[in-house]
Amino acid sequence: MEALSPTMEEGRLVKWLKNEGDAVKSGDSLAEVETDKAIMELVARGDGILRKRLVGEGESRPVGQLVGVIAAADENIDSLVASAGAASAAPAKPAEQAAPQASAQPAAAPAVAPSQEKPAAPVPPPPPPATQPQQLTASAGNGGPVRSSPLARRLASERGLDLSRVQGSGPSGRIIKRDIESAMAAEVAAQPAAARAAIRPASGADFEDISLTQIRKTIAKRLSESIGPIPTFYLTAEFDVSRVMEMRAAMLELGDEFKVSVNDVLMKAVATALAQHPEVNAHWLGDRIREHHRVHLGMAVATPDGLIVPVIFDADQKRMSEISAEAKELAKRARERKLKPEEYTGSTFSISNLGMFGIDQFTAIINPPEVAILAIGTAADVAVPAGDSFKVQKRIRVTMSCDHRAVDGAVGAAFLQTLRRLIENPLMMVF
Amino acid sequence: MPVITYRDALNQALREEMQRDDRVFLMGEEVAVYQGAYKVSKGLLQEFGEMRVVDTPITELGFAGVGVGAAMVGLRPIIEFMTWNFAVLALDQVLNSASKLLYMSGGQFNVPIVFRGPNGAALQLSAQHSQSFESWLAHMPGVKVLTPGTPYDAKGLLKSAIRDDNPVCFLEGEMLYNTKGEVPEEEYLIPIGKADLKREGDACSIITSGKMALVAMQAADQLAKDGIHVDVVDLRTVRPMDVEAIKTSVEKTNRAVVLEEGWEICGIGTQVVDYIQRDCFDVLDAPVIRVHQADVPMPYAKNLERAAKPDAAKTIAAIRKVMYLD
Repeated sequence: MEALSPTMEEGRLVKWLKNEGDAVKSGDSLAEVETDKAIMELVARGDGILRKRLVGEGESRPVGQLVGVIAAADENIDSLVASAGAASAAPAKPAEQAAPQASAQPAAAPAVAPSQEKPAAPVPPPPPPATQPQQLTASAGNGGPVRSSPLARRLASERGLDLSRVQGSGPSGRIIKRDIESAMAAEVAAQPAAARAAIRPASGADFEDISLTQIRKTIAKRLSESIGPIPTFYLTAEFDVSRVMEMRAAMLELGDEFKVSVNDVLMKAVATALAQHPEVNAHWLGDRIREHHRVHLGMAVATPDGLIVPVIFDADQKRMSEISAEAKELAKRARERKLKPEEYTGSTFSISNLGMFGIDQFTAIINPPEVAILAIGTAADVAVPAGDSFKVQKRIRVTMSCDHRAVDGAVGAAFLQTLRRLIENPLMMVF
Repeated sequence: MPVITYRDALNQALREEMQRDDRVFLMGEEVAVYQGAYKVSKGLLQEFGEMRVVDTPITELGFAGVGVGAAMVGLRPIIEFMTWNFAVLALDQVLNSASKLLYMSGGQFNVPIVFRGPNGAALQLSAQHSQSFESWLAHMPGVKVLTPGTPYDAKGLLKSAIRDDNPVCFLEGEMLYNTKGEVPEEEYLIPIGKADLKREGDACSIITSGKMALVAMQAADQLAKDGIHVDVVDLRTVRPMDVEAIKTSVEKTNRAVVLEEGWEICGIGTQVVDYIQRDCFDVLDAPVIRVHQADVPMPYAKNLERAAKPDAAKTIAAIRKVMYLD
C-alpha cells in the first residue's frame, strides 16, 4: 500500500483493475485505492505478471503493507506471500521532508514488491547501509530490554521513533545518538497499525450504522482540531449585492458565455480583498504567523461523502471568468472524488457558501492552519429604508470566523470593510 | 602582552597584594633568605623585610597553626608548604582550625588565610612526594580550593585568594612553575569558582583542572588535526566547582571525559561525574569516562611513572571511546 497522499495512513482497495495472471508493465494502473480524501490509482512499479492479489475489494491496509506481488511467471513467491500473511511488516510513513506529491515517487518503498528486484524482506524502507532490517528488536538479539542512552531515548521519543525497531551500535547493542540519526535518515518511522475501518451494518430495524468513509474520518479529525483549540470569534456583515446583480445581468445580456455566478463574483472580491489584507491571508504556525503574499482561495465543496476544499491558486491574479471555470471544474472533480492532493492543500483562506440551500447566515469552522474563513449566506430580498419609505434590495450576509491568536477584531473588521466596498462597488475590482 | 612564567606570575601577585595591604605576610620554609624553595618569593624579603617574609623551621603543623592564630587576630597570612605532601602533617590546622573557626565561633573569627604550595607529581619525585590533594581538601566545608594551570590563571586567582576573608587552599605545581603564558601588565582578578573554556568544540567535553589542563589542551590540539574539536573546561577552582560551566558544555556535546591528576577512588573527578549524571542525565549519549593516575603509589622508575600518570594519549583514547569511534 503506497502513501498516495502526504497524510495517508491507510488505504481502502476499492477495485482491482488487473486480475491474477495479467501481464503488467511499470506504470500500469493496478487498482483504485480510497485515500483519506479521494480515490487514487495504485500503479505498478515494475514489469511482470500480477501473480497474487493479497487484498480483497473493500478491504483496508496500512501504508507500507504488502497488497500484491508482481513477479516472473515461474518465480517462487511463497516466502513473500507467507510473510504478508504474518502481517508483521513494519508499515512505513513517508519522511516529513518529502514534498507532498500525488502518485509519483512515494517515499515508502513499493507496496507491490516486484520480485525481480533483490529479494528484500517485505519490510518496505530501503535498508539503510549499516543495519539489518530483519532485526526489529534491539539489544543485539539477546532478548533483553532495549538498551539506549538517555539522549537516544529522548531523541527517539521526540521524533516518534520506536526504539525496538532501531539497531543499536553501542556496546551490548546500546542504541546511541548516531543510530537514531541513521534511522531517521533511512526513514524508519514507527507507526502503530491503523485501526480497521468498517463496522458491519447492524441487523435490526431500529437503526443502521454507517461505517465511516475515509473522508468522514478526516473531516472529523481535522475539524475537531480546529474548533477545540482555536479561540474563535465571529464577525457578521450584510452587503448590498444589487450592483453585483446588475453587473451579472449586464454581462449575461452580452451572451451566455459571459455568465458568472454570484459566488464567482464573491470569490473574486474576496481574493482581491485578501491581497490587500495579508494579515487575514495567513497561517498560524504555533510560534509565528505566516502572512502569505499570494492568495490561494479554498472553496468548500459538498460531495456525497463529505466536505472537501479544493484550492484556486493565485485567485487574486485570475479574472472572474477564470475563477468561474476553475471553480466549476474543481467542484465537478471533487464530487467524483478525483481530486489530487495538491489540489486540495495549500489554501491561505477558505470560503464556504450555503446560499443555494437557503441558509441566511452561518458560522464556518476555520480550516487550520489558516487564520480565518468566510461563510456566505443566501442572497435575499430585504426591505431597506429609502427616504420616507422602503425599497427592496438584494442583500447577502457573510460571517467571518477569525482565530484570535492571529487576528484581532479590528483586523477582521477592516478586511470586511474592504470586502464590502468591493462587493457594493464591483467596478473597484478592476480599479 | 608580556609573556612570563607561572612562577613570576605568582611572584607578581604576592608582591602586588603585599604592597596593597600591609597585613599580608608570607611564612614558610625557605621563603625569605633562600628566596623560596622554587624561587616563587624571589625578591620579597628585600622589598618587605623580615616581619613580612618569615622563614620557619621544618614544622608544618606548627607554622600552619601560627598562621591560623595570626589570621584570627586580624593579619592576612600566606602559608607556604614546600609541597602539599608535607602539608599532610598540617592538615589538622587546616581542617580543624581554619575551616571550622568561623562556624564554631558563631561568626566571631574570620580566618583570612591562604595555604599554598605545589601539588601532585613532578618527575621522579617518587611515592611520598607526588600526591594530589585536591579531593582531600575539597571534601571540607569551610575552605575554597583553587587549582590554576596557567600563569594568567595563577596570578588572578592568587590575588583573589589573598583578598578572600576565608581559608583558601591554593594548589600549584613544580612542573608548572616554568611554563609560560601571557599575563597583562594591568591589574586583574579572576573570580573564585569560575571555570574557563580553554578549547572549544562540540564533539566531546573534557573537564579538568590544574596541570592536567595542559594535558587536556594537548589532547584537544591533537584531535583537532583529525577534525575532532572538543571543549576543554578548565575548572580552575575545584571547590566551589563551576557546575554551570560543566552543564553548558555537556549539554552541547552530549558526552564527557574527566581528566584528573589523582587516584581513582573518591578522586575529584567523582564529584564532576556526580554533577553530570545529576544535571545532564537526559543529554548523555554515553557514560562519563575518567582518566586518572593508576591506583598505585607513584613509582620512581621513569617508565613506570610515565605508565602510572594520565597523559594526552590516554585522554584521547577516552574521548574516542565516549564518541564510540573505536
